[in-house]
This record gives sequence, structure tokens and C-alpha cells, in this order.
Amino acid sequence: MAQHAAIVGIGQTEFSKASGRSELQLAAEASRAALADAGIDPADVDGMITFTLDPSDEIGLARCLGVKDLAYTTRIPGGGAASAATLHQAAAAVLGGAANVVLIWRAMNERSAYRFGQPMVPASGGVVNVAGNGTGSLLWCMPFGAQTPASWEALSSGHYMQTYGVTNRDLGHVSVAQRRHAATNPLAWFHGKPLTLEEHQQSRWIMEPVLRLFDCCQESDGGVALVVTSMARARDLKRRPARIVASAQSIPREVEVISNYYHADLTMMPEARGVAARLYSQSGLTPHDMQLAMLYDAFTPQVLKQLEGFGFCGRGEAKDFVKNGNIELGGSLPVNTNGGLIGEAYIHGMNNITEAVRQLRGTASNQVPHLTHALVSCGMAGAILSND
Amino acid sequence: MSTPEAGAAAGATRPDPVYTPDAAFFWEGAARGELLGQRCADCQRLAHPPRPMCPFCHSLKREVVRLSGRGTVCSWTIPRHPAPLGFAEPPIVALIELAEGIRLVSNVVEVAQAEMRNGLSVQVLFAPTRGGRAVPVFRPVKA
Repeated sequence: MAQHAAIVGIGQTEFSKASGRSELQLAAEASRAALADAGIDPADVDGMITFTLDPSDEIGLARCLGVKDLAYTTRIPGGGAASAATLHQAAAAVLGGAANVVLIWRAMNERSAYRFGQPMVPASGGVVNVAGNGTGSLLWCMPFGAQTPASWEALSSGHYMQTYGVTNRDLGHVSVAQRRHAATNPLAWFHGKPLTLEEHQQSRWIMEPVLRLFDCCQESDGGVALVVTSMARARDLKRRPARIVASAQSIPREVEVISNYYHADLTMMPEARGVAARLYSQSGLTPHDMQLAMLYDAFTPQVLKQLEGFGFCGRGEAKDFVKNGNIELGGSLPVNTNGGLIGEAYIHGMNNITEAVRQLRGTASNQVPHLTHALVSCGMAGAILSND
Repeated sequence: MSTPEAGAAAGATRPDPVYTPDAAFFWEGAARGELLGQRCADCQRLAHPPRPMCPFCHSLKREVVRLSGRGTVCSWTIPRHPAPLGFAEPPIVALIELAEGIRLVSNVVEVAQAEMRNGLSVQVLFAPTRGGRAVPVFRPVKA
């Protein structure tokens, strides 16, 4: 067997709309929980990875944890596109010898402090630093009233939806399935609150005629942390490891994060196809080997495009794949069994990774039976995790 | 092709574009009522968004060319909630594919929502911004 890294610890805070404490504290609490879960002394962390957008400082968090000698740090750009990429870079750091115990964290008071869903317009004449956050949204969209992630998503999905006859009602089936999962997940904000297709169709337009309120993920406060180390070390730890069988990033030509409409073929998601090709090539696995997919779901069309990009159905077939119940518990490919960013919480994709780990351990609230392989994807990055 | 009118600009509320060194020509052209694109002076290919190097031949020699201003709608949406900043009424936001093959985000104006569709043929005009600049927007080509 090839040398692999593994996720050996997961931790999180509660998911809320107002955490009432600092983002650094959320990061520290989630990190402490993940390291306790792994059975690793926080002092022994020697690698740290987060998003460029995370507001907490590496040294600030290392001070909380009493890290004795940090050997490696890096940050990943692209908003939520960083989420699954953290696994890829943690595995690379571990297997390349740069670090032995990598702590990944993402913690934010997104809902109570800033709200990504609110319009943003740069100050007139100001200097805009776009490094690491893509360039298209700020420079080319704001003067036209496309000032939110939902607006960029609507523009990038409109051509796909028209080409394959995908209606907003079709998108509703994604929300309904995920809210059903959230309803039986006690960690989810929407625990006990399923959604009907009619309720989805009655929710107000956010981006008419593409996205309604319930096509959008939540806004949340909370923190999530993961611990990655080598499989060799993982075998000596207390938890069943989630082996990182394959991991990859893919940013094909002219693709950008969410304001993603400069690449050649707008009827598909080239970055998901790129990640899929690398993951399947590295692992020798196929879409049929996956029993669970955790797909970044900031907006419902992204789920459809990833289902097609990763080969779970043909191009243009995702709306029927979803409508026919395939992504629900008991379906051919359960998707976002925690409720996802729509149903559980929006911790920038990281809570979809912890759910994959719980599923592989057999400890999820909505446990998928006979699970050996799970895909986690954020479009521009992904990983195949295994418990075998 | 229309140009920004001083009177209209005085009451304009639309946000100003952000100028960056490599894309300033685009907005400076718009302020003069011209839709401009970046073309490689060596291999003659267009690139948008603008950038300091040709992605095809890696030349640094670039020239600014006047574009036709004709295009079609690739996708469109109306931001209903939250209301966009700088607009009295929610605009029709659209992704436009120009006849030259490049795409840009803009607005479609002088059109009813019921008339909006992907594939609609549109022609450029210019709308003033609150700081006295202008941006390219589009309206349907009359049959």
C-alpha cells in the first residue's frame, strides 16, 4: 500500500448565529477538542494550516495550545475552496516530512460579525488587495449590482441551468434532501426542522429566477478543527483513522472562485472534473466505489454540478439524479448527510469534512451502512477518505 | 453609442469601478464612451479580464482595441435580497458574451423582465457612476 496520511482527530464548537466569544477562542476550543479526540498532546502540534480568510493568527493559536515548536505553517486561498485543499496540503506536509502532526482549523463569527451574504462595494478610489481571494468578484461585478456570492453563483449557473432545463424547483430537491438530513442531526442548526418542496418554492427570491432563500447556505458562527498525521502514527492512536487515499486541487485555465464564468464551457464545472480526474487516477477508484459524497453546498446548483463533475451521473442528469432520491439516506449516493452547509452550518466547508470522518468511524447521526469510501469536495479541491 | 452625460452623472448612485494598473484602460475607455479590450500585440488574441501577460504567447506587448459592443446574454439574474448598494431598483445583472468571444458581467437596461432570456442580442451603452465615471451596460438590439 502506498504511504498515506490520515485524519486522526476532529473537533468543533457548537454552531450558532452568535457565539459570544472571540474567533481565536473558537479556534482554540475546536483545536483542543480535535487533539483530545486524537489523543495527541497539543504541545506536539508541529504544523498548522488554515484559510487565507481565517482571522486568527497562527502564533496566537499556538500560544493557546502551548505548541512547543511549530515547524510548518501555510494558508490556502479561495474562500471555501480552501476547505478540502487543507487535507491535500496537510497530507503533502506529512508525507514530505515537513511536519508530523498538522492541525487544520477554521473558526469564524461569520454571522454575528460580518455576514458574507451582505453586499460589499470597495471604497471609491481605494486600493483593493485581491491576492488570494480571486479577482473577478471585486473588480468586475460590483458596479453592476452583483455584490454578493449569491449573485456570482446565479450568473455562473444560469447557462448550465438553461442548457439542461434545470428549474429552481429542481434545485429545491437538493435543499429538501439536506434539510431532511439536518433534521435528524443534533449538531445541525436546522435539527428537527425539515423543509418541504412547497416551503422551498414559497421562500423569497434572493436571485430571481435562479436562487431562493433556501438555495443558499446558512450564515454561521463556529469553529472546526482536524488533526492529520501519517498512517503509521495513526495506527498507534485511539481513534479509527480516516485514511486520505487521494487528495488533489485543480484550478483549470480561466477558472476562478464562484465568479466563475470566463472558462470555455459554462455547462460544467471544470475544477470538479479536474479534481475528480486526479483523485480517481491516484487511487484507482471510480465513482461507484464511493458510498458517501460531502459536496460543498454554498448554493444548491453547486451540488448538481459537482455530482456531474465527479461522474456520479452524466452531464445534465444531476437534476433527475437528485429528484429520484439518490442523494438521500438509503439512496445510491447519500450526499451531505449532516445537512451540509445548508442544513447543519456554514463553517466554510470544514464541517462537511468532519461529517465524512464521523461516517467512516461509524459514529454519525445519520449513519450510512457498509461505508468504506467517502468523497469530500469543495469544487477546486477534494479527497477520498477510507476506513479500510 | 451614447456617452455619459454630465447631468445624469450628477445624480448617479451606481458604485464606481475599481481601477487596477492592468485594467485601468478598460474603465478609462468606458468613461469616454468606448468599450475596449486587451489584445496581444504579437499574437493578436484577446484576453479578458485584462492581464499584464498574454496567456497564449507570453508577450508583454499589449494593445487596447475598440470592441464591437455587440453581444448576447449568457445568463442573467435580478438581485432581490439583499438590495444591491447604489441602485434605486434592483438591476438586471447579466453575463454578456461579446461578438469577439470574451465575456463580461454587466447590466441589461431598457428591457422588461419578461423579455429577458439567454441568447438575447444586446448592444453596449454607458451608465454613469456616483464618482463621475462610467461603466458599459447593454440594451436589447431592436429587431
